[in-house]
Amino acid sequence: MTINIILFGQLTDITGAGSLTMKDVTDTDSLVVTLQIGYPALISSKFVIAVDKKVISGNTPLTNNCTVALLPPFSGG
Amino acid sequence: MKSDNTIYERYQRQIILKGFGEAGQRKLFQSKVLVVGAGGLGCPALQYLAAAGVGNIGVVDDDVVAMSNLHRQPLYSTGDIGFSKAEKAKHSLAKLNPGIKIIAYNKRLTTQNALAIIEVYDIVIDATDNFSSRYLINDACVLLNKPLVYGAVSQFEGQVALFNFQNEKGGIPVNYRDLFPEPPNVGEILNCAEAGVLGVLPGIIGAMQANEAIKLITGIGKVLVNSLLTYNALNNQVYEISLSARQGTSLLLPNTKDEFEGMDYGWLCASTNRRFEIDVSSFDQLRNATFVEIIDVRETNELPIPIGFDYTQIPLSTFRENIAGINNKTVIVFCQTGKRSLQAAQWLFETYGESKKIYSLQGGILNWLKNNPTQQA
Repeated sequence: MTINIILFGQLTDITGAGSLTMKDVTDTDSLVVTLQIGYPALISSKFVIAVDKKVISGNTPLTNNCTVALLPPFSGG
Repeated sequence: MKSDNTIYERYQRQIILKGFGEAGQRKLFQSKVLVVGAGGLGCPALQYLAAAGVGNIGVVDDDVVAMSNLHRQPLYSTGDIGFSKAEKAKHSLAKLNPGIKIIAYNKRLTTQNALAIIEVYDIVIDATDNFSSRYLINDACVLLNKPLVYGAVSQFEGQVALFNFQNEKGGIPVNYRDLFPEPPNVGEILNCAEAGVLGVLPGIIGAMQANEAIKLITGIGKVLVNSLLTYNALNNQVYEISLSARQGTSLLLPNTKDEFEGMDYGWLCASTNRRFEIDVSSFDQLRNATFVEIIDVRETNELPIPIGFDYTQIPLSTFRENIAGINNKTVIVFCQTGKRSLQAAQWLFETYGESKKIYSLQGGILNWLKNNPTQQA
């Protein structure tokens, strides 16, 4: 199973890339934990998660080839 | 309004649009839009709203024009530096379109004045640059049932959404807290002064906010209801996600005027307290003492580089991993504007407690350089 991940704002400074792929994660909670192991600075980052362009709240199952977006809040103006 | 001919001539190019017409123009003229923040987002939003003939525009800003604003706030000119943004914006807009009414509120929106100011408007545009104001405006708009056009930028990316608007499909209107229930802690997110912003980006996002307001007023097209649009200025990618009301959001919102007035939005966005802060003169007394360790917690490559004292660099993003290696008994942390360094000070305190004296430079290195303008590399 392949999951596409896209990151926004300063989250890309942490991962060094605007998009990533991850294999064999089945839900959003395990995706976040796996990301945080690879990029510890994500632990102290705030973001919302959208699965296939819908914002989710709570752990959500993932399907093959779905896209998970991590969006941080922006304050600038 | 002046003679019909003048009006027609001014707005002719939009009146002839299909679905817009004189009826659309009349709706604009009768509408009341409040723009909170006359900065990077507010300037273009105000210019297009005024130019389009929105009949009543309110501008809220307590700040003055600064040189570093001008690269993205073209409503102002170099001669406006030091003057009230709200007043200067009103002056420029009145010259652009003398046929509309503009009210300048040269003040900060607070829990005490927000409801009275917002109440008289049909639509609010959030063009502010900080989370305190964003949550305050959101909560006031939910309480008063006013549509809120949200816009925000960071570096090369922007976000736009229309909150608190009931579309014809029904359902619970989504508000900012459905997207981001709680404000981030100090240091988790940078503002423009710290993160930087490409000048044209707030121009694009602010114009999109004006566009959403104009569509909402005239009833043309499709507004960004229940969705958040993100725009990336570097690669032109647009990503739109759909939002839905979250269970529990209502628990975070003030339900009455009294509850709203009792909210502390400054605290919400600054969970670390400010007891670590020292001012510039205290910093200057301490900065060359041998027992003091000064740490720059900005990320590598951030400018300006101060000179005249020794310091080490531990970026906030790796600060906690490196906290054990900080040996001196007295530590002063600094960053760009003094927000991230407060977070670092809080972490130092959590690790070392009273065994170290911990200070954070108030206002950051930018503030220090105001007093020491020659002290940069």
